[in-house]
Amino acid sequence: MGDMPILAGIPARNKWEGRESLIPLLQEVQSQFHYLPEDVLRAISRRFQVPLRDIVHVATFYNCFSLEPRGHHQVKVCLGTACHVRGAQRILDRILRELGMAACGTTRDYAFTVEPVRCLGCCALAPIMRVDQRTYGHLQQSKVPKVLQHYRSLVEVAA
Amino acid sequence: MSAAPGRIATLSHLRQAASRGRKRLLPSQPKILVGLGSCGLATGAEEVFQAISEEMTDLKLPYKVAATGCIGWCCQEPLVDVQFPGTPRVTYGRMDPHKARDLVRGLPGGDLKSKWAVGVLTGYENPVTGTRLRYSKHSARVDGVRRYEEIPLFQHQVRWAARNCGVIDPTSLDEYIARGYLALYKALTAMQPREVIAELDHSGLRGRGGAGFPTGKKWEMVAQQKATPKYVICNADEGDPGAYMNRTLLESDPHSVLEGMIIGGYTMGAAEGIVYVREEYPLAVTRIEGALAQAENAGLLGEKIFGTSFGFRIRVVKGAGAFVCGEETALIASVEGRVGEPRQRPPFPAERGLWGKPTCINNVETWADIPPIIMRGGDWYAQVGTKSSKGTKTFCLVGAVRNPALIEVPLGVSLRTIVEDIGGGIPEGRSFKAIQTGGPSGGCIPESLLDLTVDYESLNQAGAIMGSGGMIVMDDSSCMVDIAKYYLGFLADESCGKCFSCREGLKRMLEIVTRITEGQGREDDIALLEDLGWMVREASLCGLGRTAPNPVLSTLRYFRDEYLAHVRDKRCPAKVCRQLIAYEIDPTLCNGCGACVRVCTSEAILGEKKEPHVIDNGRCIKCGACLEVCQPKAILVE
Amino acid sequence: MPKMTINGIAMEFERGTTVLEAARFLGIPIPTLCHDDGLRPYGACRLCIVEVGVPPQSTLQSACTLPIEEGLIVKTHSARVDRARRLLLELYVATCPQSKTIQDLASRYGIHEVRLEPKYEDCIQCGKWMRMCAEQMRAGALGFAYRGGRRKVMFPFRHRSDICRQCGACLYICPVCELRCQGAQPETTLCSGCINFSPSCLHYHDQAMCFLEPCAACELAGPLRLAGPLRKDLVWHKPEPPKEHGELL
Repeated sequence: MGDMPILAGIPARNKWEGRESLIPLLQEVQSQFHYLPEDVLRAISRRFQVPLRDIVHVATFYNCFSLEPRGHHQVKVCLGTACHVRGAQRILDRILRELGMAACGTTRDYAFTVEPVRCLGCCALAPIMRVDQRTYGHLQQSKVPKVLQHYRSLVEVAA
Repeated sequence: MSAAPGRIATLSHLRQAASRGRKRLLPSQPKILVGLGSCGLATGAEEVFQAISEEMTDLKLPYKVAATGCIGWCCQEPLVDVQFPGTPRVTYGRMDPHKARDLVRGLPGGDLKSKWAVGVLTGYENPVTGTRLRYSKHSARVDGVRRYEEIPLFQHQVRWAARNCGVIDPTSLDEYIARGYLALYKALTAMQPREVIAELDHSGLRGRGGAGFPTGKKWEMVAQQKATPKYVICNADEGDPGAYMNRTLLESDPHSVLEGMIIGGYTMGAAEGIVYVREEYPLAVTRIEGALAQAENAGLLGEKIFGTSFGFRIRVVKGAGAFVCGEETALIASVEGRVGEPRQRPPFPAERGLWGKPTCINNVETWADIPPIIMRGGDWYAQVGTKSSKGTKTFCLVGAVRNPALIEVPLGVSLRTIVEDIGGGIPEGRSFKAIQTGGPSGGCIPESLLDLTVDYESLNQAGAIMGSGGMIVMDDSSCMVDIAKYYLGFLADESCGKCFSCREGLKRMLEIVTRITEGQGREDDIALLEDLGWMVREASLCGLGRTAPNPVLSTLRYFRDEYLAHVRDKRCPAKVCRQLIAYEIDPTLCNGCGACVRVCTSEAILGEKKEPHVIDNGRCIKCGACLEVCQPKAILVE
Repeated sequence: MPKMTINGIAMEFERGTTVLEAARFLGIPIPTLCHDDGLRPYGACRLCIVEVGVPPQSTLQSACTLPIEEGLIVKTHSARVDRARRLLLELYVATCPQSKTIQDLASRYGIHEVRLEPKYEDCIQCGKWMRMCAEQMRAGALGFAYRGGRRKVMFPFRHRSDICRQCGACLYICPVCELRCQGAQPETTLCSGCINFSPSCLHYHDQAMCFLEPCAACELAGPLRLAGPLRKDLVWHKPEPPKEHGELL
């Protein structure tokens, strides 16, 4: 069966116990592949008898899922209210300019994915951005190029 | 009867664990605590912890280093506390690895480095028992350092829900038991479900998630339902930007929530509980899962808790990133594996919730409030607060205040007390403009209403809501039209999109407000905004749609002049809206250093070295990079 | 059987009846867009909202998804409902001015002006397409995707689905596909080929006193019929049609 090998690669932390397992399963796929590949979603639909249109709706409804491949490093700029009044939009604009991007998304070389994120809950340190697991607070525009350069050099080392 | 090691099945097991916990809280050796909540970690607390551990290993000091949660003093993170036996606990703010090593080096000689100390704690109340954890004699002092009771930030606080935050190590079950799990024992062994509900009724506790529904009534409704199985859910999908009280409670004191839920399960006849946490809170997820594992190992969850016939299980479900899932029925849909589209109520979840069964959904803070109410009684809780709003509430005070912090105060204090006394007022010669409460469902309150008491009814009447507790202070550098645009953008994106009024109505309102901020506003735009806002509020299906127009309607109510300035004069009084401002260099202040030219990414600044520079407004995109670096502050915004 | 009151008429209905069904049974017209008797109620269009309860605690709820229950009090044509419906319809016309169904509804409910920019979208996301395909045709080839302002109906991954049998049921059921009349003033946002009146009793009773389409006689009699014997001194003048036929100023 074509779909079994694809699904076999996904860690079965939670057994499938019906429709309620869909979102945790998609979260596993997202964390392993860094996005939700079309063929994996089709395989899930066939294997667990969930209509494909429902899976696609769930995949496009929630912020943590992406149908497009994401970059090596996830740059999430918090656009919560406290961050907004402290210039978060300007930080986001600066990041996009530094990376030559017209809008949020993934860079052509798949080094970075930049997206706004809903309040990370560290409002006293506004404005904030999170790159992968690390949170940077009290951001200023002038600090942005250095931080991005640090992560870019990691990508080059990995390449 | 003997239990497996670590199992807590009787009162004497509880007492033994409490005794172990107390020894950890008040060890005979000096102890250093590092605040390792999300804010601490974001400011480098991990590095501080490492530096301290390394320094102690190098110096071969036998002191203990431990993690603790968040005491709410956000503006002073990273926080380090030093606890010598018998002396008061000293809190140090804004630490870094360098200072931390210095501090450790000085300790054996008794040098407390009081220049970095920000507060001194002689003890901490435990509202569950009414006793006090004593670090030292109450009269003890440290020269030059204020005691917590003398610091305005803490003077007005009454920490009941956040009773253990910053006091215990959130990963230690024993430390929690030194201050908790007594209420669970009492409820399971000495109280009937109707007695528990009676205490809740007397307490006047209202849902702390924002709606303020009387908790006792909700529990009673679920308890009376005949259908099974029943569920209890902890709503930790704290999506309001600017609110992180729930995150802090889960990171700093996860067991308080679990204890409340188990009591709830017993009272309402549920066998399973779910904690629904945002996936944007990874540390909170880790801590609550850790606490769950501990509780299961100890037998506080599972079959026959405390030897009674009651069994209960809890599991964690992670959100997938949708603000609307904070709404009860959308949350349920998400747990069921569907998109978070709310459904009509009635029927309410208490009657038909998860999988169509009776479900009690309460906020994190509501669950954390249960243990003290059970131990001390509902009347004790009701002593504090106003007639309609009893008890205490946590708030996140952020934005343009001197002391951003996570606080807990009795309901009924005034906004002024919170902003000026606790928050320290507005810094740097700016002036207060508004305080926004209730997140995107709430409203902005102007200075003229600062003496409002903080309770559910007063805030509703003022056009705002209590919400989950986010309080964002804005000064005169904030444009209220821009704020309205911000919230509309947020809601238009986070709306589930099912009902036409909310989806299209918010889209149109956003277009109109955007036009206004760009200087394209028309005379009838304001009336149109009010009409559309009214319609969205009346016709939408769920709480998100019904409260979505609040930010716009409240700013129109209190800051109409600002809207009119944008529409009629094409002017932004707060100098925020980019199309309506221009950056200019004051030639009398500019020293020609060229720092601005270096950071300008649009090549909009021209000038010779040492000569006053000029900004070409045709190229300037008003990104603000130059403002950040100009030393003489020669760049003005007009 | 639960007994409820709708527009002052107290009646018992079978458990499981919705307020919309109850109203239709009594001949009370409630407009809908996303409702179809053969499909499960969806509650997305919000046009069928009715006032439930007694002011000031009353709320507006969609009648199609509201099951009747004992003691329910419903008003289908109160001033509050009327205002909300009109604003909704104004927004509908601005969203899909090319739709005949929507223009007819606007005409019937007396929409005289549309202050919003026309967008000419071809979908109001009523969900009928999706429900028809899944519930009646038992295929379920398409559904919604995304959320909020970006939400739309689409085939998964935008490929024509292998489940779709091309039966055309979706086209049949769509309420906006039918184009409006192309006669007088086709370029205007609001079609205003018909003169329509609003019931004048609304202002006096906070609800329309009958549920027939308002006509000239109602307008003529107006406050007269309710206030007392016919007053010969009051003369009826034909209302001027609005100068700008619903165009955005």
